Amino acid sequence: MALPLSYNWRNLVARKTTTIMTALGIGLTVAVLLSTAAVVEGLQQSLRATAHPLNILVLRKGATAELSSTRSPEEFQVIRSKRGLATGADGQPLAALELVTVIVLENEAIPAGINITVRGISPSSWELRDGLRLAGGRRFQPGRREVVVGKNIAERYPMARIGQKLVFGRGAWEVVGVFDGGRSAINSEILCDINQLASDLNRAQALSSVLIRAQDEVAKQALINDITEDRRLNATAISEAAYYEQQTSSAAPIRYLGIFVAAIMAIGSCFAAMNTMYAAVARRSSEIGTLRVLGFSRYSVLISFLLESLLLSLLGGLVGCLLVAPLNNLQTGLGNFVTFSEITFELRITPPILLTGLGFALVMGSLGGVLPAASAARKQILDALRQV
Amino acid sequence: MSEVVIETRNLTKRFSRGEQTVTALRDANLEVRRGDFLALMGPSGSGKSTLLHLIAAMDRPTSGEIRVLGQDLARMSDGEIARWRNAHIGFVFQSFNLIPVLTALENVELPLKLTRLSKAKRLEHARRALELVGLADRLRHTPRQLSGGQEQRVAIARAIVTDPDLILADEPTGNLDANSARDALTLLSRLNQEFGKTIVMVTHDPHAARAARYVRYLEKGELLPDGQKPEDW
Ligand SMILES: Nc1ncnc2c1ncn2[C@@H]1O[C@H](COP(=O)(O)OP(=O)(O)OP(=O)(O)O)[C@@H](O)[C@H]1O
Ligand SMILES: [Mg+2]
Repeated sequence: MALPLSYNWRNLVARKTTTIMTALGIGLTVAVLLSTAAVVEGLQQSLRATAHPLNILVLRKGATAELSSTRSPEEFQVIRSKRGLATGADGQPLAALELVTVIVLENEAIPAGINITVRGISPSSWELRDGLRLAGGRRFQPGRREVVVGKNIAERYPMARIGQKLVFGRGAWEVVGVFDGGRSAINSEILCDINQLASDLNRAQALSSVLIRAQDEVAKQALINDITEDRRLNATAISEAAYYEQQTSSAAPIRYLGIFVAAIMAIGSCFAAMNTMYAAVARRSSEIGTLRVLGFSRYSVLISFLLESLLLSLLGGLVGCLLVAPLNNLQTGLGNFVTFSEITFELRITPPILLTGLGFALVMGSLGGVLPAASAARKQILDALRQV
Repeated sequence: MSEVVIETRNLTKRFSRGEQTVTALRDANLEVRRGDFLALMGPSGSGKSTLLHLIAAMDRPTSGEIRVLGQDLARMSDGEIARWRNAHIGFVFQSFNLIPVLTALENVELPLKLTRLSKAKRLEHARRALELVGLADRLRHTPRQLSGGQEQRVAIARAIVTDPDLILADEPTGNLDANSARDALTLLSRLNQEFGKTIVMVTHDPHAARAARYVRYLEKGELLPDGQKPEDW
């Protein structure tokens, strides 16, 4: 029925230069799309890893971020005494009051500095964030101006490494440790004692948020409803997962820009593929006539040229995948429009992303190939044979 | 008398180029029997190729009737004609028309891709056809690595690999030197005499015409009666 694929492959090889140029164009287009996808995926993975499925974040009603929320110690006591909370190692309900603020750190790449989240935490906070472990130094001591920094902070900002001092609040805070939260976005934060921070900032009555752990999924829903409806609290309770899900919107501008650029490039690539394939059809006109005389149908000719275009674009897709492969695990930072501070995360090139790239390439190949293939199939045998 | 395999009645083909109309073939009446080897001769532009293309159903007549191998070609669709041509017609071109990116063996195998034969059978048939044309030692060569004479023999092997009833050749020796031309003609004669293939060959070359059993002449689109030549021939 059909012409062998090796026939198409060898034709692509026979016109190496055009094939390489066209495949490169398609490859670059795919690379743009995939690097965008890698940013989005990396951010999502990081934020997803941040949340514990049973954790609930309690904010002031109307607040969309911890930074704009306030909670008092009295409210914390009310929340802590709710039913359905998990119990911590100390036998107490698993709940932590936290205070979030922002400081500015600089490095060589960003001399103007960038907002970094500083989180004053309670002892239970460590337990509420399972994945957190010390990667160097020690934990801060309560009642002292000491901080531990996320590993991303330590890597990116030399001014925030162990032994250094950060100046904020009412004095200098010594960096005493580095923690590793796996993929979590908490790696981009600085942790310290909540009481010390609250007194430095004069916010003993205006802390930011409460993080609690529910016993189970049912209790979680009940707690969310209970807290949100409790008039004494004037609070919004949302699952930690949902809170971080909102923050993935930070990648939206990059995503749209990437898709926009890739779309424009894709149009160009389609035309490049079309041009290449029209040239191939013209050059192989008498070959097409010969095939028809041998008994190949118009349909076989159509399919053959379409396959050749798809093969060409697949080649381009593979080039694109190779181009972005080095981006995997590359670290980058992105400003966050929810917390107004930077999240550092690693780009992720996952198999589904690669498949998307190949699929995208194939779409370009089929769009670019369909008209030339149709023109090849439409030729009259004698007209085709006469053209040299 | 053996069966008639090609029969045309008042076969006419006109080409219109803008205002102008060229009658390439006018009221041709031809009968070719199984096992015949017919040479078509005549001046350039007399309609030889046109007649051959109509027989191969590569083009459709303007008027008149044509039956080939018992089929009324006018009643067949494009798809049916493609399958029919694959199974029953072997065509040899003046310029060989091999596929440049395929080897000799693959070129000869190509028409068999349209059959139900297994890969092994296809290659066996292709190899045997190439042996028959004396190119058993050139299976892996691409057309560019072959001489013109060898290319034409590969093309002949491709034309016979499907074991067609009818071999049509348009100036098969037109691009060949004298020796290669003789080889190609010897091959066609053998196919006619030993294998009983019916052959219609267009040629300019009187030597070539001698390989055929009989010659019919065309002049200005007219197929002259049997035995009659153009005036200044
Ligand atoms: N597609 C076409 N469009 C217009 N005129 C054509 C077309 N094909 C053939 N003709 C004309 O029909 C006439 C016969 O052409 P044909 O190719 O059959 O001649 P021929 O006998 O094979 O000549 P040659 O020996 O030069 O190959 C010529 O006048 C040619 O110009
Ligand atoms: Mg001719």
